[in-house]
Amino acid sequence: MTIQPVGASRRDFIRASASAAGLVLACSLAPKAVADALSPATATGLNAYVKIAPDGVVTIFAKNPEIGQGVRTSLPMLIAEELDVAWENVRVEQAANDPAVFGRQFAGGSTAIPMNWQEMRRVGAVARAMLIEAAARTWNCPAGECSTTPGEVVHAASGRTLAYGPLAAQCASTTPPDPASVPLKDPKDYRIVGKPKAQYDTPKIVTGQPLFGIDIRRPGMLFATFAKAPVFGAKVAKADLAAARAVKGVRAAFVVDGGEELTGLLPGVAVVATSWWAARQGREALNIQWASHPTSAQGSAGFAARAAELAGGPPQKTLRNDGDAASAMQGAAKTVEAAYAYPFLAHAPMEPMNCTAEYKDGRMEVWAPTQAPEGCRQLIAKTLGLAPEQVIVHMIRAGGGFGRRGMVDYAVEAAWIAREAKAPVMLLWSREDDFRHDFYRVGGFHYLKGGLDAAGKLVAWQDHHVGYGAGGKPVIAGAIAPAEFPAGFVANCRLDSSLMDLGVPVGYWRAPGANAHAFVIQSFIDELAHAAGQDPVAFRLALLGDAKIVGEGREAYNAERARGVLKTVAGMSAWGKTSLPPRTGMGVAFHYSHQGYFAEVVRARVEPSGRVRPEKVWVAADVGSLIVNPSGALNQVQGAVIDGLSAALFQAITIEGGAVKQANFNTYPLLRMADAPQVEVKFLSTDYPPTGLGEPALPPAAPALGGAIFAATGVRIRQLPVDPGLLRA
Amino acid sequence: MAFKLSVNGKALSADVDPKMPLLWVLRDELGVLGPKFGCGIAQCGACTVHLDGHPARACVTPVSAVGAAKITTIEGIGASPAGKALQAAWAELDVAQCGYCQAGQIMSAAALLQKTPKPTDADIEAAMNGNLCRCATYNRIRAAIKRASGQPVEA
Repeated sequence: MTIQPVGASRRDFIRASASAAGLVLACSLAPKAVADALSPATATGLNAYVKIAPDGVVTIFAKNPEIGQGVRTSLPMLIAEELDVAWENVRVEQAANDPAVFGRQFAGGSTAIPMNWQEMRRVGAVARAMLIEAAARTWNCPAGECSTTPGEVVHAASGRTLAYGPLAAQCASTTPPDPASVPLKDPKDYRIVGKPKAQYDTPKIVTGQPLFGIDIRRPGMLFATFAKAPVFGAKVAKADLAAARAVKGVRAAFVVDGGEELTGLLPGVAVVATSWWAARQGREALNIQWASHPTSAQGSAGFAARAAELAGGPPQKTLRNDGDAASAMQGAAKTVEAAYAYPFLAHAPMEPMNCTAEYKDGRMEVWAPTQAPEGCRQLIAKTLGLAPEQVIVHMIRAGGGFGRRGMVDYAVEAAWIAREAKAPVMLLWSREDDFRHDFYRVGGFHYLKGGLDAAGKLVAWQDHHVGYGAGGKPVIAGAIAPAEFPAGFVANCRLDSSLMDLGVPVGYWRAPGANAHAFVIQSFIDELAHAAGQDPVAFRLALLGDAKIVGEGREAYNAERARGVLKTVAGMSAWGKTSLPPRTGMGVAFHYSHQGYFAEVVRARVEPSGRVRPEKVWVAADVGSLIVNPSGALNQVQGAVIDGLSAALFQAITIEGGAVKQANFNTYPLLRMADAPQVEVKFLSTDYPPTGLGEPALPPAAPALGGAIFAATGVRIRQLPVDPGLLRA
Repeated sequence: MAFKLSVNGKALSADVDPKMPLLWVLRDELGVLGPKFGCGIAQCGACTVHLDGHPARACVTPVSAVGAAKITTIEGIGASPAGKALQAAWAELDVAQCGYCQAGQIMSAAALLQKTPKPTDADIEAAMNGNLCRCATYNRIRAAIKRASGQPVEA
């Protein structure tokens, strides 16, 4: 797609839109800026989400980056609902990256709905109130006598109507009402929210129209590759730049010195050419030699050995110590001990990292498929020595994110290379680059001990988590929270932590932390249930107890909601009431993360070869009172569950000599269609504010699978990915 | 070397290295952006196009191997009844999440329906197993193929 330069400032845009195209809604969401926003004289603090053309076509600006979570559809749906327009008349455009106007703009933590749902409703409601006000002025009647039907204001008493299009122009100079005081619809009157809507971009997706970062085209654009050291952060010792430049189509080849910060611009060699394939040919001619680097001493085997050593000694830190776990273990009727481990994982979104950059007249403009546009702007400005105002980041639909594109290393590389090459440049990573320069889901180890009393009640819990970090500070997503379940539910509970140094970059991978801890905790609870001679669902319900809330403040755990999803999924799956063929089993798990409560049952068959075939998954979800887009919601849950199974069954990133061994989908498999189970989902409607769905369905999938494998074979999966060698008939 | 190519019924030409994969000829030389780059080694299927109606991985097909074969991409598949039905089913069932792999998915599905108008689950799995979806939209891909082929769709 060819994208026109963005010349107009936000202020120009608002003015131009108001005069030419009708109403641009300006209202502020950040409480601090409300006063400013209500005064049209101070335009700098305004938000702008809604534009209504004279012909009634409504344009809604989507504030957050789209990575496949459907947020370019769901947030505009909320605005359209309260504005009272037909969804078919809505056009969605991506908002500019401008946190001063739009507040925080990012994709991560399943936060878009909980952070924005009320504000988006008010944006729509304010616009509707302004249109009503304009109609009331025209009719010379009190606004209170007017109402709306989709797309028009109605004066019921006189039977008169006025369409939004013509009314919008009359709103341009008026002051919006206080967003906090505008009435909001009763959810029972919703026409758009709560109804399944296809993603807004669907027509373009199914016809192959340009949408993604890789589809950006600029006049005179060149294509680049960037070769970095397999050992993270190693410098370039030697490269045959002349050989690369001799390849047909190559326009430039140069060394980038880079820095030492793994999240920023690292050393490497750039090759810029007229096609990406030519750039890649040039890169292959470079014959780069890399300088030595201390991280080359690190490897997965060494980490495992060191973790076992640390587990045998006193922990570096105790994170929680309720009661007296050691004494309670001694007094227990039965104890169970187990060691669990999980590997590093890659994100591997289908669209490899890429970014297009153009440096012109002291201004750096980038088109970035990113989850963190403002972070992208700041890092580029800092690295290139520009003021943030000199950097413009366009949010481009990303072919998957899963947390990877919260890091913006590829964008700063593109910006640096484009400035050096003195041309617009698309930097595109190869799949091998993508696997070897990720910010991985961090691996880890847990050494667990549980104690049961004579009645089979869990009375003591010990977990020594051996992870990664330095100086007592864990790496990103490498911590376990002191309040992690079952803390608060077991009288004697001790959580210890020890950390190992890590030179491998790690980051946020879908449901950070939870994606690993749920596997360990729920699997070990399953072991305890069996040791107690109890049904895995009944044991879990007993552990959850009778209290509604356990813990306080941010650590509060809603046991009632957890019980609700667990009981529901047991019913959905006919738990305990199904007779299964040999080597087929069902497993259950639940987890609370990202403000959502999820329980899942997996039915899996284990072939004589040890190959595991997940056959069916049942999911009970509690994300509060409202599902904004049921179609998108179901898609997120089904995808997250299969993603969790995919990782559990097949995936590991192995470090050897400080570098990643896997390089493509042949050595890092994703689950394919033939292995994809049907995923049946039920959303409970509970009296809590709505929360997000990008992540919380994932964590229970792996432990539920582990429980199913145990039920089918008697073999407990304590290490991921599942090793079929342990499961042969 | 100059190559004459038929892309979605249009006669185009590209003066490129004979070893250059068709994917990059389409994307970087001819501006046909529907086929996507995912892996470069025929593992993911995001680049799937049809050569004379047969699915091919454009990322490992040298342009010199195309010969006189008619190339169809996602941009042109809607001209066939199967392609059109699939695109409609994909939209009605809201199959996509990120959407990046879906061009390749639809191309593989179209090749399946052209050969097997009423595919069974086993037919679908065999035809679609070479196409990865990292968002794991497999439940809906299967349902959309059933729907496009006029078969009942399970939940």
